[in-house]
Amino acid sequence: MTSELGATQVIIELLYLIASVLFILSLKWMSSPTTARHGIWAGEAGMVLAIGGTLLNHGMDYRLIAIALVLGTIIGVPLGRVAMTAVPQRTALSHAFGALCVTLVGSAEYYLRAPDISPFMMSVLSLEVILGGLTVAGSLMAAGKLQEILPQRPLTYKGQNLVNFVLLAGAVAIAVSLVLHPEARSLFPFMILIALAFGVLLIIPIGGADMPTVISLLNGYAGLSAAAMGFVLNSKLLIIAGALDGSSGLILSIIMSKAMNRSFSNVLFGAFGQVQTSATAGEEVRPIRSATPEEAAAILSAANRVIVVPGYGMAVAQAQHKVRELYDGLTKRGVEVRFAIHPVAGRMPGHMNVLLAEADIPYDRLIEMDEINGDFPQTDVALVIGANDVTNPAARTDMSSPIYGMPILDVDKSHTVMVIKRSMNPGFAGIDNPLYHLDNTLMLFGDAKAFVGSIVRELSGGHS
Amino acid sequence: MNSSSLINALFIFVLAGFIGFEVIRRVSPLLHTPLMSLTNALDAIAVVGAIVLVGEHKSTLATAFGFIAVVAATSNIVGGFVITDRMLKMFKSSRPAAKPAAK
Repeated sequence: MTSELGATQVIIELLYLIASVLFILSLKWMSSPTTARHGIWAGEAGMVLAIGGTLLNHGMDYRLIAIALVLGTIIGVPLGRVAMTAVPQRTALSHAFGALCVTLVGSAEYYLRAPDISPFMMSVLSLEVILGGLTVAGSLMAAGKLQEILPQRPLTYKGQNLVNFVLLAGAVAIAVSLVLHPEARSLFPFMILIALAFGVLLIIPIGGADMPTVISLLNGYAGLSAAAMGFVLNSKLLIIAGALDGSSGLILSIIMSKAMNRSFSNVLFGAFGQVQTSATAGEEVRPIRSATPEEAAAILSAANRVIVVPGYGMAVAQAQHKVRELYDGLTKRGVEVRFAIHPVAGRMPGHMNVLLAEADIPYDRLIEMDEINGDFPQTDVALVIGANDVTNPAARTDMSSPIYGMPILDVDKSHTVMVIKRSMNPGFAGIDNPLYHLDNTLMLFGDAKAFVGSIVRELSGGHS
Repeated sequence: MNSSSLINALFIFVLAGFIGFEVIRRVSPLLHTPLMSLTNALDAIAVVGAIVLVGEHKSTLATAFGFIAVVAATSNIVGGFVITDRMLKMFKSSRPAAKPAAK
């Protein structure tokens, strides 16, 4: 702050202050589903005040601003109305949009101010556009993979980390020379190009199972780049919003990496999704027991306690509404049905909860891993629908397994385990799952939606 | 930005980060997906910087970049709030007592 502010400026700053408070309240109210919708009101009110305040600035060309705002709304509404199954790719896309805004504003500020830029300002500006650029490219790649425009299989090659490191070092080197010589305008685009390339290469080795961690991480990067933009523009509101978003993304990344038994630093440097040499241990044919929908329905209706374990397979098969019918049918018969949610089930944090809530399953039936794991020994049937690695007991017992140490849902401890699965093909990570060969496991082969539908039909048919 | 306003900005950043950690730690894992879409919408407050760029019209490049930036951020604001609201509407409790929001 240079000197005394004008009256308008004071009003604008006060509006920004109120907006900051509303943003914090907005996140605070997200702590529980009963208050969460107040959070949206607070967020929207804060946004309106902040934008309104900005428009109070003197000498603005409102026509162009209005056109841009309307265009953004026209694009935004359909993006808010996508199907719930498309939420992961929508989220990745919106990280890209947010980071695009930050990168463009940072670039414009550089060209407006250069060469009159202090070393500190140039460092923050570089941080802003490097983080922004890599988030734009990385998020677009992630969205492409999630939308299955790009191959979902992780692509790995030798020296991948070295290439990434060299690129990042190159971007940092340009940033340093710009700090020393801010007038070197021709260097600036190269810094952004390298950041974009780095973002692409960062996501190439990522497989679907790693997506929850990656999306959270990109969320964090987007937030940090916005905070850096706040430093550049000397906007406290932006610094606060960026810090909130950044810490949210980082917390979620930490939760996700813990749930996958990866160290946080491992995730931070993008060294995840490493080649997992699929241990096709021994060609011996191990016994599997399978069951028909009739048998599965009989076992389920005779049970007292059932825990359903959903995974990405449920989302792919769009089986959540059939699962809801199963929940209704069993609950009507007095069976206690709950859902066990692994933090990394699905493609983004909380993915399963949203799908099950969409199918009208009450949220107090959705139980987190730590809370429900002790209940499996007293559970009659654990029904696994499209989840694989998160139920793999090798994570507890087999030290040679690539997922050894990862916290899992202890479904194998329940009296009967039923697994709905298309075939015996190994899961995403290509890891063998000994769960399928246990004495208390019944394999239910088929499409998740069709199979659950058949069970529901059996339940209602046999009921009279 | 002179050194005193830089220090101010750093204070704000660090304290806001702490608030963020404390507040977001308490968010139920049930709501992690809507949390992400909400923070995404809030993060799009970067639109204020872009609006100033467009409004001040200092150079063609800055105006063009600012224009695209306003469009991108606005679509995040609108889309983010719409989808967060849709998601939160879906979360219902099986206990009817929990329904009234009045406290």
